[in-house]
Amino acid sequence: MKQSKRTNRRQLLRLGAAAIGGGLLGQHKAEAVETAGKLGIPLGPYGERSPYEKAVRWTRQSKTPETGSSFTPLADSVGTLTPSSLHYERHHSGIPTIDPAQHRLIIHGMVDRPLSLSVADIKRLPSISRTMVLECGGNSGSEWAATTGPDVQRSFGLVSCSEWTGVSLALLLKEVGVGPGASWVIAEGADACRMMRSVPLAKAMDDALIAYGQNGEALRPAQGYPLRLLLPGWEGNTNVKWLHSLRLTNQPYMARDETAKYSDLMPDGKARIFTYRMESKSVITFPSGGQTLPGPGLYELTGLAWSGSGKIERVEITTDGGKSWVTAQLQEPRLPNAFTRFRLTWRFDGREAVIASRATDETGYVQPSREELIAVRGTNSGYHFNGMKFWKVHPDGTVTNAEV
Amino acid sequence: MRRCSAIIFATLTMLAATAPIAAQSPAFGVGRPPSPEEIRDLGSAIAPDGTGLPEGSGTVAAGREVFAAQCARCHGPRAQGDVGPILVGGQGSLATARPLKTVGSFWPYATTLWDYINRAMPFDKPGLLKPSEVYAVAAYILNLNGIIGDNDIMDAKTLPKVKMPNRDGFVSDPRPDVGPKPNNPK
Repeated sequence: MKQSKRTNRRQLLRLGAAAIGGGLLGQHKAEAVETAGKLGIPLGPYGERSPYEKAVRWTRQSKTPETGSSFTPLADSVGTLTPSSLHYERHHSGIPTIDPAQHRLIIHGMVDRPLSLSVADIKRLPSISRTMVLECGGNSGSEWAATTGPDVQRSFGLVSCSEWTGVSLALLLKEVGVGPGASWVIAEGADACRMMRSVPLAKAMDDALIAYGQNGEALRPAQGYPLRLLLPGWEGNTNVKWLHSLRLTNQPYMARDETAKYSDLMPDGKARIFTYRMESKSVITFPSGGQTLPGPGLYELTGLAWSGSGKIERVEITTDGGKSWVTAQLQEPRLPNAFTRFRLTWRFDGREAVIASRATDETGYVQPSREELIAVRGTNSGYHFNGMKFWKVHPDGTVTNAEV
Repeated sequence: MRRCSAIIFATLTMLAATAPIAAQSPAFGVGRPPSPEEIRDLGSAIAPDGTGLPEGSGTVAAGREVFAAQCARCHGPRAQGDVGPILVGGQGSLATARPLKTVGSFWPYATTLWDYINRAMPFDKPGLLKPSEVYAVAAYILNLNGIIGDNDIMDAKTLPKVKMPNRDGFVSDPRPDVGPKPNNPK
């Protein structure tokens, strides 16, 4: 028995190697032969992915690892949700370990009835679930200087999409009673540096959430466990994690992270402040930098599009460096501020192809080229890069970053 | 889905009808008033007009000592930057090809400096410095940037009055600013 199985495996491997150059097909067939008829491992209390799945976040080198960023492997993603374990991270003083039984959210300042709420208190209130993207204001920031990002993870990976569950902030603000003259909410986290951002009251009353859930379970510690602020469509940094204080005031507090950082320097030396919204953006995830097509033939070209201004209305794709564009198919349902998956069946004919996508959202806003962006904003604005990303598919099937 | 919405709407309508003062009083009554200790433990948050600044004061000379003891190992002895960012210089560079954004060249409010040192520094021990030490370090950094004199003293009254060189260097967000005019901008 054993002998014949080994022989089978060797034969299959040899056949596989001959057929497709030793790719995955041969291995899968061999595994199928080995696992059928053989008991697997027992059940477990909390799931893990297959040991054959290797997609991980890429963490940028930092002299102080507690402040840094890690990037979602977008090219390995399918569908429109990011697993919580692969959600991008951007922390300013490490990830705190918070006991939810000890944590409180305090709403104070210019309110009629200041409130101290436990996590359990908040979970008693009517819940809302919303699938939406979080994107770091600095995502693709390296593309301002030159579109040199070698792959989609390192150039566009500070964006992820989750289903978030929590409570409407408007409901909580009605509970405390917004005082006369209040126009801003100063949100602060319970991390070491008590990260703080100023949020206009109008946004807080519009669609803000206090979230405790992510993708069907509690928030991950790196995503603000046990409570975080969520501001749909706005740059990640404003979605304050480990939220412990909401202070109503009559003025923005001009925090370091909204003046010295997360402000956009223009060529005239002036900096745009409170640039909250993330504008429409898209990127092709297959084929993309670092991947290799095994040869000419039909492929499904695919990628992700999103907009902080609402739903994605259209995604166009070029395979000739921007000379001509065709409309891609969009996966339904298209949700506002969420990832929309786009697809196009494409024949790679073995000749060089320069490919890119551009998204249009429901407001009619069209994702610009890098050249259009820098013509207005120069190359030192740092944040809010939403230009198109071009990939070059070489005749040998390798895919690299393309400078257009 | 539609039925759920109808039920929720009906319930809300009933609530509104039976509770005419709903907008003025808590609807759910969850939580409790925060204790004074809870509010105190949140720590300071400083507004640009100085709201929130505590008592205490600091001199440039005192700040030089605190900086040497607590800040220099990351920011360098004269705040020229090392593991931590550079905190001095760069004035006049913002409109050039190589802008240098520092406290002196870029930060619009001195209150932000006090707030950030107090909440986030030293990097590995935020909250270590006493209010007077924070005033002193802020005074030292402002003095290194040529913004206040050697003998100026920073406290809750003087700090918000410091005119930062780039105070008028910020503009509101004009986006969408690129591409065709959207038909329904948000």
